Amino acid sequence: MFQLQDITKVYRKRQQEVVAFKATSLDIGFGEYVAIVGPSGSGKTTLLSMLGGMLSPDSGNVWFEGESLYDLPINERTQRRRERIGFVFQTFNLVPYLTALENVQVPLFLRGANKAEQRDRAAALLEQVGLGNRIEHKPSELSTGQQQRVALARMLANNPRLILADEPTGNLDPDSREAVLSMFDNFVREGRTIVMVTHDPVAAARASRRLRLNDGMLITPETIPNTKAA
Amino acid sequence: MNLKTLVWRELAERPSAMFTSTLTILLGVTALVAIRHVTVFSEREVGQQLQSLGANVLVLPKDATLQDYYSADLTARTLPESHVSSILLENLAGVERISPKLCVSAKVANRDVTLTGILPQSEFQAKAAWQSVSLFSNKHDGCKKAACGPKTYDAAPETLASQRTIDQLKGNEAVIGADVAEFSALRIGQTVELFGEKLKVLAVLPRTGTVDDSRVFAHLHTVQRLTNAGEVVNAIEVMSCCEDAAGGLVPRLAELLPDAKVVTISQVVSTQVGINRLMSQMSLFVLGILAIVGGASVASTISSNVRERRREVGTLMALGATPSLVTRMFLLKAWALGIVGAVGGSVFGLIVAVVLGSQWAGVTVKPLPDLIALSIGAALVITTLAALWPARSAAKLDPCYCFQEV
Ligand SMILES: Nc1ncnc2c1ncn2[C@@H]1O[C@H](COP(=O)(O)OP(=O)(O)O)[C@@H](O)[C@H]1O
Ligand SMILES: [Mg+2]
Repeated sequence: MFQLQDITKVYRKRQQEVVAFKATSLDIGFGEYVAIVGPSGSGKTTLLSMLGGMLSPDSGNVWFEGESLYDLPINERTQRRRERIGFVFQTFNLVPYLTALENVQVPLFLRGANKAEQRDRAAALLEQVGLGNRIEHKPSELSTGQQQRVALARMLANNPRLILADEPTGNLDPDSREAVLSMFDNFVREGRTIVMVTHDPVAAARASRRLRLNDGMLITPETIPNTKAA
Repeated sequence: MNLKTLVWRELAERPSAMFTSTLTILLGVTALVAIRHVTVFSEREVGQQLQSLGANVLVLPKDATLQDYYSADLTARTLPESHVSSILLENLAGVERISPKLCVSAKVANRDVTLTGILPQSEFQAKAAWQSVSLFSNKHDGCKKAACGPKTYDAAPETLASQRTIDQLKGNEAVIGADVAEFSALRIGQTVELFGEKLKVLAVLPRTGTVDDSRVFAHLHTVQRLTNAGEVVNAIEVMSCCEDAAGGLVPRLAELLPDAKVVTISQVVSTQVGINRLMSQMSLFVLGILAIVGGASVASTISSNVRERRREVGTLMALGATPSLVTRMFLLKAWALGIVGAVGGSVFGLIVAVVLGSQWAGVTVKPLPDLIALSIGAALVITTLAALWPARSAAKLDPCYCFQEV
């Protein structure tokens, strides 16, 4: 799915240079469940942004499904994201003034789906994440666990092959965390690839592979056997 | 879900965020629409006055005011009728027609009317022939108007309404204004009784919307005889071929008739013309203010909205929104406030114009669709231009803002 070659990403602020991420080579295969762990400021989000086609590296190439992501024009990169990548955020990033149903409709609208298709698919997805009776609620009227489930429904809207998650359980209570993680297990079983940034050892333990970052450098990629065999 | 719903939901949720700039646009458009409407109708009114007066030069009794002339209330002050012959004999350059008038109050069907004595043009020709003057042949230097010079007087009596002069009018005939015809139910050929004398209705004038509608016109000498006024008139209207000629005529006439007051019609309406010119400039000024203040307000509202919604824009981009869609989203917000401001401003502006137009400028204002469309268009162009830069900057936002923690 991903091949990263000689990537460096450096932030320059007031004559200070911060190497946010540096890697000579990193491969992520189809169907992998990768957890990225490491202390705060170690470059986890930077790596995730580069994988999502949202942050071009200062040098090197990011190959995504055989295409050099940052050699594509911006609209095509956006299209790859729209069609193949789903995002999950620590603070859910729901649009506050839209209902659950409308939030799930957003990626469908961006893809150009018609009104009826948007409604039907969004409602079915909310049903699937167990929120069939909450479709008209605004995010502020939902618990954090419910909000993250709406976000998962939105993420699934265009049926992505790749899921990029930044601390998806960081703001959740243990029960909601478990609900999200078991859904992630399902996504992997369905054949999707997951790259998940996490602080949470429990979440990291569910992944089939862990990448540890420190000061923007990968520390000996450690592959652990998938404890939850399908 | 589409872009419109997305924008609409946000605005519906928090209309206060856009309130100030909407109000700015609204006030700007209100001022623009109100001032332009009053100006246009005021200019029309002046134009109508000029046309209804017809004469470019007025010879009035010394102590008469212009207000008296307008209100046809000249009964008390008079000039000798011999002034008419004096003017005629001078054969002044640029004079096309002369129309002496004597106005008195009278009653028709128990209603007040103004009986106006006029001299038909045929009598000037007779007088001119008798005194061997070639009538109105003295063209003024550099006259640009082809029509300047001798005229043939063969018009129908109804042209009195627009031409201010009548070709033929016998001593026992009268021409009545539209209002008089209406309330007295008089028709052509019937007789109207004035000061105990029966006059035959020669014509009914078309409605002009001026004091002429409530006038009864009769032969000057008939009016003089009926009211025992003697050989006097209240006003002598002098039609010169053009405004240029009128300007030159004033000093000559003043010299010729030292006991009279000589004014040009452009002097009569000059204050109004001045106000109109001021209002025209004012509306340009308001347009400038609208462009600068309204534009700045829209630009700052949209840029602060962009800043506020960085994370949301980043999220939309992560979900696959293209930069151009993001630009359109913010332009749409600007248009929403622009349209509300422009339409609201047009409505308020019209109300202000209708109320103030009649109170201040004494004109009746009606909506001018072209002007309203133009104002709305101008407001939308201004909002679009003002929002373009912030909307573009939104499209250039870093999508990584979606990972920003709140
Ligand atoms: N937009 C930015 N400008 C400057 N420095 C940044 C920016 N984003 C991240 N960094 C720096 O890059 C490093 C890695 O950041 P990040 O990838 O967010 O780390 P993590 O997600 O692991 O906490 C940090 O030192 C951070 O301060
Ligand atoms: Mg981070």
